[in-house]
Formats: sequence, structure tokens, C-alpha cells
Amino acid sequence: MSDQDFLSPLRSFQGLLLTLQRYWAARGCVVLQPYDMEVGAGTFHPATTLRSLGPKPWKAAYVQPSRRPKDGRYGENPNRLQHYYQFQVLLKPSPPDLQDLYLGSLREIGIDEKNHDIRFVEDDWESPTLGAWGLGWEVWCDGMEVSQFTYFQQVAGFDCHPVSGELTYGLERLAMYVQGVDNVYDLNFNGREGDEKVTYGDVFLQAEKEYSTHNFEHADTEMLFEQFRMAESACRRYVEEGWAGEPRERHLMAQPAYDQCIKASHVFNLLDARGVISPTERQSYILRVRELAKSCGEAWRATEAGGAI
Amino acid sequence: MPDLLLELFSEEIPARMQARAAEDLRKLVTDGLVEAGLVYEGAKAFATPRRLALNVVGIPAKGPDLREERKGPRVGSPEKAIEGFLRGAGLASIDEARIESDPKKGEFYVAVIEKPGRTAEEVIAELVPDVIRRFPWPKSMRWGTGSLRWVRPLHSILCVFGPETEDTDVVPFEVDGIGSGRTTRGHRFMAPGEIEVKRFEDYEKKLFDAKVVLDPARRKEMIRADAKNLAFAQGLDLVEDEALLDEVAGLVEWPIVLMGEFDRDFLEIPPEVIRLTIRANQKCFVVNDPATGSLSNRFVLVANLEAEDGGRKITEGNQRVIAARLSDARFFWEQDKATTLADHAKKLRSIVFHEKLGTQGDRVARIAQLSRELAAGLGASGDRAFLAARLAKADLVTEMVGEFPELQGVMGRYYAFAEGREADVANACRDHYKPVGQGDAVPTEPVSIAVSLADKLDMLSGFWAIDEKPTGSKDPYALRRAALGIIRIVLENGLRVRLLPILREQVERQERQVHSTAALNQAIDQAVATLGLDLSGKTEEEISDEIYRHHQVDPARVAAAAADLVAFFADRLKVQLREQGARHDLVDAVFALGREAGSAAGATGTPEPQDDLLMILRRVEALGAFLDTEDGANLLAAYRRAANILRIEEKKDDRSHAGEASREKLVELAEATLYERLSAVTAEVDAALEAEDFAAAMTALSQLRAPVDAFFDHVTVNADDAALRENRLRLLSQIRATMDRVADFSRIEG
Repeated sequence: MSDQDFLSPLRSFQGLLLTLQRYWAARGCVVLQPYDMEVGAGTFHPATTLRSLGPKPWKAAYVQPSRRPKDGRYGENPNRLQHYYQFQVLLKPSPPDLQDLYLGSLREIGIDEKNHDIRFVEDDWESPTLGAWGLGWEVWCDGMEVSQFTYFQQVAGFDCHPVSGELTYGLERLAMYVQGVDNVYDLNFNGREGDEKVTYGDVFLQAEKEYSTHNFEHADTEMLFEQFRMAESACRRYVEEGWAGEPRERHLMAQPAYDQCIKASHVFNLLDARGVISPTERQSYILRVRELAKSCGEAWRATEAGGAI
Repeated sequence: MPDLLLELFSEEIPARMQARAAEDLRKLVTDGLVEAGLVYEGAKAFATPRRLALNVVGIPAKGPDLREERKGPRVGSPEKAIEGFLRGAGLASIDEARIESDPKKGEFYVAVIEKPGRTAEEVIAELVPDVIRRFPWPKSMRWGTGSLRWVRPLHSILCVFGPETEDTDVVPFEVDGIGSGRTTRGHRFMAPGEIEVKRFEDYEKKLFDAKVVLDPARRKEMIRADAKNLAFAQGLDLVEDEALLDEVAGLVEWPIVLMGEFDRDFLEIPPEVIRLTIRANQKCFVVNDPATGSLSNRFVLVANLEAEDGGRKITEGNQRVIAARLSDARFFWEQDKATTLADHAKKLRSIVFHEKLGTQGDRVARIAQLSRELAAGLGASGDRAFLAARLAKADLVTEMVGEFPELQGVMGRYYAFAEGREADVANACRDHYKPVGQGDAVPTEPVSIAVSLADKLDMLSGFWAIDEKPTGSKDPYALRRAALGIIRIVLENGLRVRLLPILREQVERQERQVHSTAALNQAIDQAVATLGLDLSGKTEEEISDEIYRHHQVDPARVAAAAADLVAFFADRLKVQLREQGARHDLVDAVFALGREAGSAAGATGTPEPQDDLLMILRRVEALGAFLDTEDGANLLAAYRRAANILRIEEKKDDRSHAGEASREKLVELAEATLYERLSAVTAEVDAALEAEDFAAAMTALSQLRAPVDAFFDHVTVNADDAALRENRLRLLSQIRATMDRVADFSRIEG
């Protein structure tokens, strides 16, 4: 077997990831690395949230570990994880052939459109915490949702001009599909067989158990409440102190401020998983994070990359 | 005459919006044509996931010429007036205007403006871009760098116009950089190339060759027929589902129906769950096995592709997804069953039902108490009804109902059976929600009825107690539906229920609870603040009970709310009866009566409203039947005559003539006869009403017809003798009073 075979997306999880990276790199995307903070979805990466604002063109692709503390199942559910990978593509402005480009990527990872039923099924996307929404679809392959496809209309409460096209691939699901595996932990991670084979379970099962225990039972809620307050107030302060010029023409700290917004959002998710936030409080926490996201979006629009210059 | 073919080709249009969009396109374009004077022969619109298409036939090539005469100023008017006239009429000089004369006005200018009719192509080129720009999508979006809004990115516009036999022309226009043309594309995967089109027939056929079935109705029928055949071939029956069929037909351009299967073991999951899992998540149909009379382990899926491998991979893929979904469902099913309903029900205490009305747990406690109280009158055991009510809402906190809220009640019944509960309690879990809509059946088992009535009465009395009644179109808690549900349960089961006392009691309980909760919070705050009390020893419930006991509610407020609620029922009943064809004036005539005229009314001074729904209905029916007879119609006329005379004379005298006539002052035979008959009939009517035999009451009334007729024929009411006149007016008032015991005849119309 050649090295190429080990890297086949049909054979290995990492092969799938690398194939998607190469595909989108070849189409002019900057291939970024995951954002170095805990986030709930690839959309939170500043390369999507912030870069989708303002007039400047942008093309990026990256994989983003996504944390959903509530989705943990102690490693016992074959397709639910509290930590999983999203592969995210953002094209701004959305090109007219975005659907074709996307279908090309499926072809590249071995989903042949002559034998698979690929469908674009209505699914409007909304992120209450980011103050963002868009229209698009979930993409089905033989009845399974393999991607989210969204035309951003608003982010951080601001209309998107131009509109970005966002593609989000759920990597584990897609890999399970192309590898023909029913349990995520059975995924072949490195494409080798026998002694050399490393599965997804080898890499992540222990972590799923540990984090489920942490998220549901032990996460220090007092500390988390404090962290939420700290992140919130830091975010506000950085936004406020970052304004320069008269009247507030430029912003010098949009990204550091946004980091604190991301932080608050993740801490909120942890608290939510611990069940210490009542349904009514829940709404108010979401609104508080949204206010942070909005102020960061506003700050970003006053930066160079945000189009102020 | 020429035809127009228009196609708007886009990325995938949500299935639920397609039919409406096709219709909107047809209407907007044809309205625009007609407005421009282009009266067409016929139009039809179509939708697929990627296109809206419209075919309009028989459009005149040119609109009618318009000729307008515009009167101007008099000859010799000031320069300014002339200039204004020329400008307005679009004339270059006054020589182009005609001069006419009028005997009054003298000589004046007239401009003749002739507008040649615009060609259909001009009209279309202007109309279509306008329609696209203002298209009423329920949700629309922008894309790329443009500003045009469409449901999803719009890619091309095909717009050709021409006579049916010759070549057609592209109607040239542009919308946000998208120019009109004569090309479209076939199926996304099977025939993605460009297709050039001349006219509709050509378009529909070429699309079909390119694996696109344009007409959604045809796609539906293809799916229906293929799905049935596929099931039939396996000796199975397709479970038809029209809404799903509509949706699926909107998800494919080229329907290919395939059959898949799942592990038989999954059939242990309740069939409603299997069906919903397969339908809601996967948009597939389920299939019945006639041998067992229940679901088989097959399902029918509709693909959008004629696959090279005959659909093997597609079927396998769908099977895997369905297996995963069903194993999630089975997990929920097993998980939920591991806890008893009674334990699930405990969690309801931490779910807020309404800020002022407490938790779901509080609500269940109230419903259980009321169910027990109602049970006796319904032939049910109070204990069974109490138990059923305690468990009926427990499934709301189960995983399965969390996943599929529409299974509330259905799952409760399964879980109740699974833990060995008997059928009356299990069925109440499901049936107490009934009737869900107009077409839904009402519960018929006594325990279910008790819980169902209690549930709805609790909702209504609660929201009335806190004064959050439905207003206008706002009815967020579906209180109208709850009242209607009660009405239907009572009437369809022939139940005797007096609403007012129940509602009073319930409103009072709710009031107490609302106030005691508020008072409790205040008291705790005060106590803790001023005394530094430690209340942790006592449970909140104990403290709350204490305050509840001491709290006084305002009886006037309670009475008013309950009375208002009965009036709400009356309104709902009227709506319901009217929908069934009953005359609303008859309903009014019965409602206008105090309850059991004369009885309870005397005590409080104000008559209590009619609150026994079944008796109201019976009375309305009897009244309707009576008025349909000749006696009834005639007596109604006599009633009106009597009431009219009384009204006029009472106004004249400025006092009432109500009261009993005096026997001594009856001089004519006809009035004496009427007097005797009235006493007899009144007694008969009262006896019949007492026995709730409304038909007999009506029959008794009909005996009045002959003497009343004779009275009006032979007796002059307004006699010269004041005493005689007075006595006769009293006799008239007696006619009115006697008839009003049965219904308020003054409310009857026609």
C-alpha cells in the first residue's frame, strides 16, 4: 500500500481532513489552523465571525474543534460527542458557483454523485449568541445530514455586505459515512491496519468520558460564574478602551475583546451543562453574550481588516 | 395570439414555499398584463426545487390604443395658463390644440392625446423585473455582492414570447445583472447542461428528457403510484401521508422511489414513534403489514436520482441513518421506562407553567383535585380520576416527548401500560388532551373525561383569575380551544354539568394560590430581612399552606371572573352552534334567560346565567323545531304584536303594565278564555321545564295560539275605559311573561 492509500479519505479520518484542506487551498482559501480557544462551533472563529463583517473579500478554510458540553454521553453514544471537529469554509463574497464548488469537495472525498442522492433541504441558520442569521440548507447525502450551507445575512447584528457563503462539514459524520462505520469510536484515524491502526476511540474515548464527568458533575460552578463575570466585564472594557479618534472612528482592540466574548460563551455552555442555569436565566445569559458579540462586531468594523481603511 | 414562457431558475427553493410561490408568480404577472390592457386566455404556473415557471397563453401582441381629450383654458387666456396646459398635455405649440365652443364657457382649447397601445413585449420587459423585485417570499436573502432579494440565489431567467407556431423572441431585460434568455438547465446531476427553449410544450418536453418533471402534481402522482406498487409487490400497504407527499414532491425534480428496511427488533418501539422518526427526520413513508395489521420493518424513500447502481448505495445509506435514528428512539423509550410516571411527574414541580400560576406540578395538583370532584357526576371513581390526573402530564419530562413534543399523551399511555397501569388511567394520559382540533374525537371514558375537563377548566379559570383573557386575535394559551373542547366533551357525551359553581370554586382556588405565592415571597423577604429568620427548617409548601389558609380572597372579584368566564363559554357555544347551522338568534334567545327562571335568581337579585351546556343545546333545538311549525310561527307573530303594543303603551304611560290581570275585569269572552288558558299553560310550561322536557314546554305554548288569535280579533286593547285598558295590557304582559319562561322571544329574528 502506498502512502497515498493511507491518506485516502475513504480510509482515514485525517485523510478526509487533509483532502478537504487541499481542495479548498487549491481554490484560493487561506488554510488556517483551529482558533486557540474553546468554542461551540467553527462559526465562532474570528476568521468567520469577524471577517464576515465589512466590505473586504476573504476566503478561508480551517478545521475547528467544537465543544458542546451538554452533548457529552460519557463515550456511550455512537454518534454524540462533547468535542468534535467541524471543517469550516468561508467565502466572501459568496461566489455564484458555491454549490458546485461544494459538490466538487464531496466528489473529492469519495462521494460520487452518480450513485448518491445529494439534496439541499431548507434549514435556516441562526445563532442567538452571535446575533447572526442566514438562509441556506442542510445538505443530505442518502438521507444523512453531511453539511450546513449558509448565506450569512447578519452577523453581530450587522447586515453582511457583501454576503459570505459558509460551509460547515461535520467531519466525524462524514468520515463515518465514507468509511461505512456505525460507531464514531470505530473510525480509522490514521488509515493503517493491524497494530498500526489508530481509531478515533483510541484518540478520544477517554477524553469523552473525562470531560462528560467534568461537564456534568464536577465543573466548578462558582469559578465559572466568576469567569463569566470577568470575561464579560473584560470584554466591555476592552471594547470601550479600544476606541480611538473622534468620534470613535477607529478601534484598536477588537480581537482581544472578541476573545473575551468567546470565553463568556463557552463558560455559559459549561454552566448550562451543569444545570445551574434556569430557563429564564438562560435567555438573559444568551442576551448578555449577544450584546458582547454586537459590540465586538461594531469595533471590528472600525478596524483595517473590518474595512475602516 | 402569442404565448409567454417565463422561468426563474435558482438554487433550491424550500419545499414548503413552492406551491405558494408558483401561484404568486401567476397572479402577479397576469394581473400586470391585464392592468396594461393585455387580456390573456389562460395561465398556469409550476414549481420544482430549482425553478418557478409560468406559461401564459393567448396574449394580444399589442395593448389597445388610448385616446384622451383634455379640456384646456379659454381662448385668449393668460400666457401662463396656456403654457401649463401645453406642458400637461404634452403639446409643442397651441396650434396642435383644437378649438371648441360652448354656450357657457365660450371658445376653449382641447388637446387630443393619442397613446398608441404598448406592445406586449414592452409590457413584459417592464413587468417581469418589477415582479421579481417585489416578489412576496416569506423569507428572502441577498447573496454575493448584489442587492437583489430572492429566496435563494437566482441564477437565470428564461423569458420567451411569440406565436404558437413560429419562432419566439427573448423578451429582453435585466435584473441585477441577470439578463433574460432562452436557456435553462436540466437535472442537477443527470443532465446539468444548458437547454435552449422555444415555448412551453418544447420546454416541458426538453426538461422531461433532461430528467426534470415540471409539474408538481405529476411528481406527486408518480411518487404515490410507485410507492404503492412497491409496497404492494411485497404484500404490504403504504401508509399514505398527503402532507409528506407534498413535501417530498417539492424536494425532487426526478422522483425515484426505493424501498429500504430496518431491523425487526425496532418494531418493539411504539409505532407512532417509528413513524415520526422516519417521517420527520428522514421524510420517508412507513409501510403496514396487512398480516399483522401494524407497521412492517420496511420504509419507502424518494430519491432525486436514477443511480448507476440502481439505488443500492442510496438505499443502504438511508437504512443506516434510519437505524441510527431508531436506536436513538429505542434508547429514549428504554430510558423513559426505567423511571415510573409518578417519579417523572415529580420533575414537573420544577417547571414553571406560568409566572403567576405556579409550576406544572402546582397545576397537576389542582387538576387532580378537580378531577376527583368531577368524577362522581361522570360515573367515574374519584380515586381513579385523581390518580390518572397525577400521571397524565408526567410524560412531558420524558426524553421521547422532549424529542417529539407531538407525542405528548401518546407516550404517557404507553409508559402507563408498560408499568402495569390499567386501561382507564393509561387512556386518560393520552385522551385528556382531546379534542385536539375540530376534527378530533372527544374522550368518552369517564376517567378520561374527568381529567380532560379538569385540565381545561383549570387553564381557563387560571387565566381568568389573573385576567389574561384572549383578546382579538391574541390567544397565546389557546383558551378558546380549551372552552370549545369542554363544550364538545359535554355535548357529545350528553353530560349534565353546571359550570358556574365549578368555575367559581376554581377561580377562587387560583386566586388564593396567586395571592398566597406573592404574599409568601413578600413575607419571607420581610421575615428574613427584619428578623434574620432561618426558614430552612420549614418547607416552602408548609409555609405556603399556612398563608393559603389565612388568605382572604375578594368574593366579588371571584364572582365577576366566574360570570365573565361563563359568558365566554356562551360565546364559544354560539360560535360552535352557528358553525353547525343553528340560528344564532335562537341561541341568544335561550342565553338571555336567567337560569331556571325564578329559582336561584331570587336569592341574589341578579339572575344567574345559563350554564348547563347540554340543557342550552336542548332548548335551542326544541325552540328551532317549534318555530318551524305553523303554531310556532303564528305565536311568534302574536308575541311580537303583544310586545309592540305594550312597548308603545308603556312608553305613553311611562310605567310598566307587567302583572296579573284581574279576573273581575274580564268582560269579553275572548279575554276571559285567554286568561284561563294562560294560567293553565303557565302551569304546564313550568311542569315541563321542571322535567327538562323542552318539547313539551313548546307544545304547551302552542295551545295559546287560538285564544291569542281570538283575543286580537275580538278585543280592543285600548278601550276607552281606563280600567279595562289597564287590565288588557296586563293580559298582554302575561302572554309575554309566559312565553319568556321558555326563551326570550324578543331576541328571535326574521
